[in-house]
Amino acid sequence: MGDEKRIILMDAPAVERALDRMAREIVERNQGTEDLVVLGIRRRGVELAERIRAKLEEDEGVRIPSGALDITLYRDDLMEVGPRPVVGESNLPLEGVDDRCVVVVDDVLFTGRTSRAAMNELMDWGRPARILLCVLVDRGGRELPIQPDIVGRVVSVLPSQQVEVLVPEEDGRLAVELVTRSEEAR
Amino acid sequence: MTREPSPLGKDLIGLEELTGEQILSILDTAEPFKEISERRIKKVPVLRGKTIVNLFMEPSTRTRISFEFAEKRLSADTVNISASGSSVVKGETLVDTARNLEAMRIDMVVIRHGSSGAARFLADRIPSNVINAGDGAHEHPTQALLDLLTIRDHRHELEGLKVCIVGDILHSRVARSNIFGLLRLGAEVGVCGPMTLVPAGIEALGVRVFRRIEEAIEWAEVLNVLRLQLERMQGGFVPSLREYNRFFGVTMPRLEAAPRDLLVLHPGPMNRGVEIDSDVADGPHSVILQQVTNGVAVRMAVLYLLAGGAPERAEAAKKGGMG
Repeated sequence: MGDEKRIILMDAPAVERALDRMAREIVERNQGTEDLVVLGIRRRGVELAERIRAKLEEDEGVRIPSGALDITLYRDDLMEVGPRPVVGESNLPLEGVDDRCVVVVDDVLFTGRTSRAAMNELMDWGRPARILLCVLVDRGGRELPIQPDIVGRVVSVLPSQQVEVLVPEEDGRLAVELVTRSEEAR
Repeated sequence: MTREPSPLGKDLIGLEELTGEQILSILDTAEPFKEISERRIKKVPVLRGKTIVNLFMEPSTRTRISFEFAEKRLSADTVNISASGSSVVKGETLVDTARNLEAMRIDMVVIRHGSSGAARFLADRIPSNVINAGDGAHEHPTQALLDLLTIRDHRHELEGLKVCIVGDILHSRVARSNIFGLLRLGAEVGVCGPMTLVPAGIEALGVRVFRRIEEAIEWAEVLNVLRLQLERMQGGFVPSLREYNRFFGVTMPRLEAAPRDLLVLHPGPMNRGVEIDSDVADGPHSVILQQVTNGVAVRMAVLYLLAGGAPERAEAAKKGGMG
């Protein structure tokens, strides 16, 4: 795999603080918790969405419907890549998304293609009153005209570098790391 | 479910050619596709711009419609061709039909044909993906896959499970595909039917043969009841349908005498009162309609896994082009 250099951009307390603020901003933007639905994009967006939902429920004392989006089938490069990517399941809350304020949570916003795919999938599910795009890290490098509504941290990195969000459920710890792989590795 | 799907290659001809891993990969991929059919808008843009020809040279309702739903829910454009309404009646050969279709730039062919080997024959001659929807007495892979998926839904693990296929084994491509699929996944397989309808030497495949339905029911955890193919019954394989029901019919009293709760499958169309009684088909053991529902999901999975996907770009895919 060659050399790999990791720098911690956010440690666990920093991520928690960012998620706290993001949860508050969601309530502020929506002027309350009415009709809120929180959906995470598989896979790490789901864990982040769960954390945000838990914070919202604790702070506001209400139940917030939540779910998961798997955007694999909506990828714009699906037929160009092989072998076929693993398809995960989308779980929408029973309440549906019609006329609701849907908060779409992802770990890293980069090209914007995943967000585009998520929005298309949501539209196939119903007609949300509003979609809020909520990301832990915005690393720039957009290829589509898409902007986040709520951001944990904006970082500016080289195109060749990778921003990785690590969550305890998948990676054993909560953090955001910048990964630089040496030339030989690529 | 983080396992990488095992590539299937260009075609799906039969389960005999697949590894256990490839079969599991199809079943795992079918799981998320089940949910798409429950949506209000039952469509995802996976096969947008792909043209699929359903070439059905033998009558079929369920399989053809199931494939058509699967194709349409994946946004493919589809054309149906049946033997009676095509140039086949004018004497055109299968390869000529297919080459003419190719000339109109198609991407996939789903073929149902009366001759064993027709799907392989076609697959070797055209660059499009070919999916076997039943060829003679050879294989009917998607039927067996949906049977496997339905069994897995209820019994969770196929390894070590005792499954008995009951009825006309001799003429049945469904039986063959099921035997290969079940054995690959580690199930124990039995077959049960009149001696005239069980091929001699079938034990060599690794299945056990039951001559009496009562013994089969005592042994099995799952029964897959095959249709007595009335149209192939000219040869005098059974004395009468009533006698067949008397000796091999899956009836409620027989199931109630079983030492455990059985799961009953049937690929359809059913001859009620012949191989299966109505109270069984509509009763608590039966998962027959769930098989039909699963059929669409399994076919979506197969279409998805076969479509596009140039292997040389596998590396690019692993690095992930999405952000």
